[in-house]
Amino acid sequence: MEKIRYERPVIKKLNTGVMNKYGTRTEYTPFTNIDGAKVKDLIAEFGSPLFVMSEQTIRKTYKDAVRAFTTRYPKVQFAWSYKTHYNNAICNVFHQEGSWSEVVSGFEYNKALLNGVPGNKIIFNGPDKTDEDLILAINNESMIHIDHLDELYRIIELTEELKKRPKVAIRVNMDTGVYPMWDRFGFNYESGQAWDAINKIILTDKMDLIGLHSHIGTFMLTPSAYAVAATKLSDLAFHIKAKFGKNISYIDMGGGFASRNTLKGSYLMGADTVPTFDDYAEAICSALLNSDYSKDELPLLILESGRSLVDDAGYLLGTVLANKRLSDGRKATIMDFGVNLLFTSFWYEHKISPAQEFSHYTEDSVIYGPLCMNIDVIRENVTLPPMKKGDNVVVHTVGAYNMTQWMQFISMRPNVVIIDMEGKPHLIRKKETLEYMNSLEVTPSYLSEFKL
Amino acid sequence: MKIKKNVAISESGFIFNPTTGDSFSTNPIGLEIIRMLKDEKGKDDIRKAILSKYNADESTFEKDYYDFVMMLQNNQVGDEGE
Repeated sequence: MEKIRYERPVIKKLNTGVMNKYGTRTEYTPFTNIDGAKVKDLIAEFGSPLFVMSEQTIRKTYKDAVRAFTTRYPKVQFAWSYKTHYNNAICNVFHQEGSWSEVVSGFEYNKALLNGVPGNKIIFNGPDKTDEDLILAINNESMIHIDHLDELYRIIELTEELKKRPKVAIRVNMDTGVYPMWDRFGFNYESGQAWDAINKIILTDKMDLIGLHSHIGTFMLTPSAYAVAATKLSDLAFHIKAKFGKNISYIDMGGGFASRNTLKGSYLMGADTVPTFDDYAEAICSALLNSDYSKDELPLLILESGRSLVDDAGYLLGTVLANKRLSDGRKATIMDFGVNLLFTSFWYEHKISPAQEFSHYTEDSVIYGPLCMNIDVIRENVTLPPMKKGDNVVVHTVGAYNMTQWMQFISMRPNVVIIDMEGKPHLIRKKETLEYMNSLEVTPSYLSEFKL
Repeated sequence: MKIKKNVAISESGFIFNPTTGDSFSTNPIGLEIIRMLKDEKGKDDIRKAILSKYNADESTFEKDYYDFVMMLQNNQVGDEGE
């Protein structure tokens, strides 16, 4: 007689009244495949843990975002935010869809160039641009978004050396009614810093001011804040037109749109509460259209969305290493992935699904990673079915920032695969090896030997 | 370990402890173990019964059994003993 599938015996106290911090059960069916590729097969072929990206989801999400804006505004251009996920294969999916690139370092800039993005389709943001970076960007006619006066003065010096007129914009920070106000990047609107920088750029006549840029925050849950930002940037554009007779070619609204993740401390699931692309588009496009631009003077609207375009497309597959009971009675499950790989677990209550059959019984659990560090907590409170050593799980909505902010700490970084439009997996980043890690190190000869 | 005599156990795995007023739910395998404990079966008998019916190895059962019994005691469903 065939034996019945074993499930760990559990007993759970029933509580009436308000919901506790563990919330309610959210998993009803096992998550067994991604775009047709079986989770168990992926782990068997590429190992565990494993990051999996869905090309289908990336393209669909991108098209949704483009539709939301292009149906409301005549001139729209997306620029892929490299820092969100700069794996070349992922960047190229966005470039195939028509996205420019937005970079914040020389490393990212050169990555975009090597991917084949023309220099004049690269937006160079951020406070850290070396002379080498700036010279490259000036020669390539990239859009350089100036972050501070030191950078502005350095570019003026470089124009004299290079005898070229760079194409620049300034980053403007402002009060949009949300907290915290990001005033560490760019020039402040309310204090007059931004207007001062604009005057310096135009009156020194060494470069062409072609755009205005803002990036008001991250994981913004209030679309109306973008409307405030668009209105303030438009006011600057009108002042430039009035004083200098120049039209601004583009308004770059940056990024910061929320993904469907659930922020820590949120009462409701992110998927039920975050604004849609249509909400953001309505706020931004209405603010621009309702400004005083004539039809011919409407600037190109650039968006540098990253997280909202790629987060949903990412999955982290993992395996249960052990279960244990904590001293206060809570069940703890230890996974083979920790905060070294899932950096975003510091911010999000990631949804975790078992990848095999389970019953409808659940346990209140803590999910730990494998690191020998007390901070290695993936979920502090989650209600999941009983899982045993060797069971697999799927962590959802991990496509943004994890594969750029991940840490090589205690263990090495795993394989990354993309599932193509036909459901076939392709390796897009090899797992690190001891040989690779050691190849970066240099041990002085006097430290190469020892006796114990 | 023994299950307290006044603890009520339903067919569906609903458990009520009239001493504390607490109620619990358990999964089918948990219910089987509780029933066997209620019938005063020892650990060896329970192990044989579970391993003959379910697809589990001895060490997995051993580990999970001790954890389950500890939770029964913590929740005052079981009496110490054995």
